[in-house]
Amino acid sequence: MTKGLGARKNLVGIGVGVAVGVVALALVALGNPANMGFCIACFLRDIAGAAKLHSAAVVQYVRPEVIGLVLGAFIISLIKKEFKPRGGSSPMLRFVLGMFVMVGALMFLGCPLRMMLRIGGGDLNAVVGLVGFAAGIGAGVVALNRGFSLRRAYTQSALEGALFTIVMAFLLVLWLLVPSLFALSETGPGSMHAAVGISLAAGLIVGILTQRSRLCCAGGVRDALMFRDFHLLYGFLAVIVTVLVGNLILGKFNLGFEGQPVAHNDGLWNFLGMALVGWGSVLLGGCPLRQLILSGEGSSDAGITVMGYMAGAAFCHNFGLASSGAGPTANGMVAVGIGLVVMLVVSVVNKQKEA
Amino acid sequence: MKLVNACGRACPEPVLMTKKALAESPEGISVTVDNVVAAENIARFVKGKGYAVTQREEKDAICLDITW
Repeated sequence: MTKGLGARKNLVGIGVGVAVGVVALALVALGNPANMGFCIACFLRDIAGAAKLHSAAVVQYVRPEVIGLVLGAFIISLIKKEFKPRGGSSPMLRFVLGMFVMVGALMFLGCPLRMMLRIGGGDLNAVVGLVGFAAGIGAGVVALNRGFSLRRAYTQSALEGALFTIVMAFLLVLWLLVPSLFALSETGPGSMHAAVGISLAAGLIVGILTQRSRLCCAGGVRDALMFRDFHLLYGFLAVIVTVLVGNLILGKFNLGFEGQPVAHNDGLWNFLGMALVGWGSVLLGGCPLRQLILSGEGSSDAGITVMGYMAGAAFCHNFGLASSGAGPTANGMVAVGIGLVVMLVVSVVNKQKEA
Repeated sequence: MKLVNACGRACPEPVLMTKKALAESPEGISVTVDNVVAAENIARFVKGKGYAVTQREEKDAICLDITW
């Protein structure tokens, strides 16, 4: 009985992982940048750019995938009666932690989900990133075991819970009705995208599926370390294997460190960037993908975290912190260093005695 | 039976609180959470340790009685 339940959950996780991998491959085939079917960090950065929060001309686009993810999670959580307006768990800390997660992600050039897609494309720099990510998660696990907490959330009004989804839907409508308000890349990654309807549908599908399977890129490694619970990790591995097989079939598998798309091969900073992402994601209770899903489910804490990601992305490009294919920047290295110190201080200081 | 209130806690705190409480009261505890995911995660964790779980729906909360 117990085993049956666990096995079914594992199968759901694996099935959703495979589906996410297939959708990601399809998005690349239909126009998204290579190894970037999904990248929550890159796409939020593109949205921040489209809204002119930063002015890096090559990364400005209103990515419908992100909006679809939130809407999909919102719709399925309403249907499944899992929509719960809640918030109030250290919003300012979440915003700042979110900013630094983005600093780490843009050092590496990808969120944990894109890290998996890059590994599946043969990009060995992403394997270095994964080692850093796991190390960061390990640091976060130590913090949790020592009593770190962002404190509890409380039930909020329906409007508070739905507001992030409403803002995302409004952004989509505004962009479709008055595109001239936005800055849109004519060259570079921001100019590469699947058709709007396809991107939106892809986001909706993956939003619905990952809301059901609770897929979390940070949760897989975290739960394996903390509780010897591997069920989230199966979904994580299923994404990588699916994309790997898909790229081999499509002839797009390119093994190596050099010449990888939208990536650089500075191992130390790939490691440290993803360590920052892993650490921050454990403190925040989930990876960027999971935060989008939670924000759709009514968590205004997750919504604030995503706003932190976007603000972080804007700072990254305004202050020259983000890496490019040419490599990391000196400013970015300083910012990642500051981020790691911030994680350490927050981990140590923000404990809660048990009631 | 020792009572644990894990309402409003983000992942993975409800499971961690359960783990710590069971270390202190290995004979069994009662945990209250306010969302399905936390309930699923706790149930999976304690069943893996050989405990039995009885789930009760309460107003805006789910109560899990965890017994050996």
